[in-house]
Amino acid sequence: MKARNLYDKLWESHVVRQEKDGTALLYIDRHLVHEVTSPQAFEGLRLAGRKPWRAGSVLAVADHNVPTTLRAGGIQDPISRLQVDTLDANCVDYGIEEFRMNDLRQGIVHVVGPEQGATLPGMTVVCGDSHTSTHGAFAALAFGIGTSEVEHVLATQCLLARKSRSMRISVDGELSHGVTAKDIALYIIGSIGTAGGTGYAVEFAGSAVQSLSMEGRMTLCNMAIEAGARAGMVGVDEKTIEYIRGRPFSPKGEGWDAACSYWRTLKSDEGAMFDREIAIDAKAVKPQVTWGTSPEMVVSIDGSVPDPEDVQDSVKRQGMIRALDYMGLSPNRKIEEIAIDKVFIGSCTNSRIEDLRAAAQVVKGRHVAKNIKLAMVVPGSGLVKRQAEEEGLDKIFTEAGFEWREPGCSMCLAMNDDRLSAGERCASTSNRNFEGRQGPGGRTHLVSPELAAAAAVAGHFIDPGKLS
Amino acid sequence: MKAFRHLDGLVVPLDRPNVDTDAIIPKQFLKSIRRSGFGPNLFDEWRYLDHGEPGMDNSRRPVNPDFVLNEKRYQGAQILLGRENFGCGSSREHAPWALEDYGIRAIIAPSFADIFYNNCFKNGLLPIVLDEKIVDRLFREAFEEEGYRLLIDLDSQTVKTPSGEKLAFEVDAFRKHCLTEGLDDIGLTLIHRDEIRAFEAARKIEQPWLFNGNDK
Repeated sequence: MKARNLYDKLWESHVVRQEKDGTALLYIDRHLVHEVTSPQAFEGLRLAGRKPWRAGSVLAVADHNVPTTLRAGGIQDPISRLQVDTLDANCVDYGIEEFRMNDLRQGIVHVVGPEQGATLPGMTVVCGDSHTSTHGAFAALAFGIGTSEVEHVLATQCLLARKSRSMRISVDGELSHGVTAKDIALYIIGSIGTAGGTGYAVEFAGSAVQSLSMEGRMTLCNMAIEAGARAGMVGVDEKTIEYIRGRPFSPKGEGWDAACSYWRTLKSDEGAMFDREIAIDAKAVKPQVTWGTSPEMVVSIDGSVPDPEDVQDSVKRQGMIRALDYMGLSPNRKIEEIAIDKVFIGSCTNSRIEDLRAAAQVVKGRHVAKNIKLAMVVPGSGLVKRQAEEEGLDKIFTEAGFEWREPGCSMCLAMNDDRLSAGERCASTSNRNFEGRQGPGGRTHLVSPELAAAAAVAGHFIDPGKLS
Repeated sequence: MKAFRHLDGLVVPLDRPNVDTDAIIPKQFLKSIRRSGFGPNLFDEWRYLDHGEPGMDNSRRPVNPDFVLNEKRYQGAQILLGRENFGCGSSREHAPWALEDYGIRAIIAPSFADIFYNNCFKNGLLPIVLDEKIVDRLFREAFEEEGYRLLIDLDSQTVKTPSGEKLAFEVDAFRKHCLTEGLDDIGLTLIHRDEIRAFEAARKIEQPWLFNGNDK
């Protein structure tokens, strides 16, 4: 039999039928829903007199709009409240399981899915959110969809899709001390660009990827979309299986053994072909900091802001000039000399327990610098928050001067009250440094949790190893 | 969905790469539970000088005279000319909703982000990929000639320039069919409901653990 890559396997096992032009009807196993991209889909369903095809495949949670403080009193902003209430009502109407705002299991949809075992290897997972690529860490075919497609999946359990090209990014060798999955992700985006993965489904492989925890693999797959790839994925190994064991939605008893033996087949065969292969030397990856308004505008912590004059391509040069102007930075400025105003540790990229442990490790016994107006930690879910509190991480953060918040998307996209003011500069563990992303006029630098924590302590970017 | 066959439209050139969906429609407008009314807030942060929030009277807000969409010569534009990686970032379908509500019916760029590209077709918008050099030339022409228009014919998959040159573009047959007919693809998919049921039944036997909880 022809050697197949992981994407081939996942794709082929979900094709219900195929049109002559290659458009396939793809069966969807898990549909995650949040409050922002679903109301119009439910409305469409209602107007057409349709019902969800398989309500049990849907899991809903409000995350984008929820406040991270004072939850007991409900949501103050009436427009946000209406959106969350609408999700609650739709879930009741259609018999969909939802973790409501004050449920301990509530959190960011891409943290909640894996945490509950609702994301399993071999599944197709969709959500009206581009960071659905996160779930690919479990050898699932997971990608973000628009609201019309949310409605389509609700109504038909299928999606119309065309097979992407395949790309394997192999990161081999040993990672240097202090280099994280986030740094690998940013380094890759810096190398291939934010459109480098467009049209591809990307498999992350190699010894450095295998050495990552499941949390790290989720961070890596989460950022695949920032390289333009709708889906990122990692083959199954024992870490995958151990992570899933015993979670609420995971198979139990006999079903568990049968599932495990199938899951172990979910990796690329020896000799499988890819449309594009990229090899990265793990040793070359250093801690990364973005300097501009696109995730590809990134350098290492020991570097400097690049000079547009060194760039030939005029479209690219103009983009850099514009980005530097927006970011209030001049060329050749040393990254470690850039002072910051706010620190955000959270988001579907970096809000899992391991991220919080890593940040706490840096912060422990230290204090947030005087020039920092706000340093906040927003755990990815209520369960992550509880775990962190059991380990005493909340104390480490609050004693250092951080705020310890309730779970949600928070300042990653600033749909709730957590946001930057114009001109404020933020060290953020989130995934997008677009203009205005964290608040109009706000300036975002994407970093790992370790670097964000170190920046909070120093008041400027710094290699955590240099902290006194 | 509106059908799309031909379009003879005024072109507005938006000369920036990596235009993300956060820029196309900022997050504060995503709180709406409706599908329409996003047009006045298209490119809100670039288009206005103040900070926009839902519920504001947009006609009274100070506009940014330097933003291309605000220039008099581009009023009524239906074709947006963009640079590489147009529509990157968030999956929000509010982006094509805002473009469509504003009056844009087609976007021409050297490349599009995948999710945005998909979302366009669901809303009667035609995203057209043309070679970077050609797009570069169209930019020059659109800047130089006031009232620059292009003629898009989906049937023959061509864009015709004022000089009469025809530029061919690719589009999937199935998407083209849906767009030219203005078809609701849920209805089309449900024609195959028996096939979906059969597929699902087989899956339940092979991987019963996927059907846990309340949908056994």
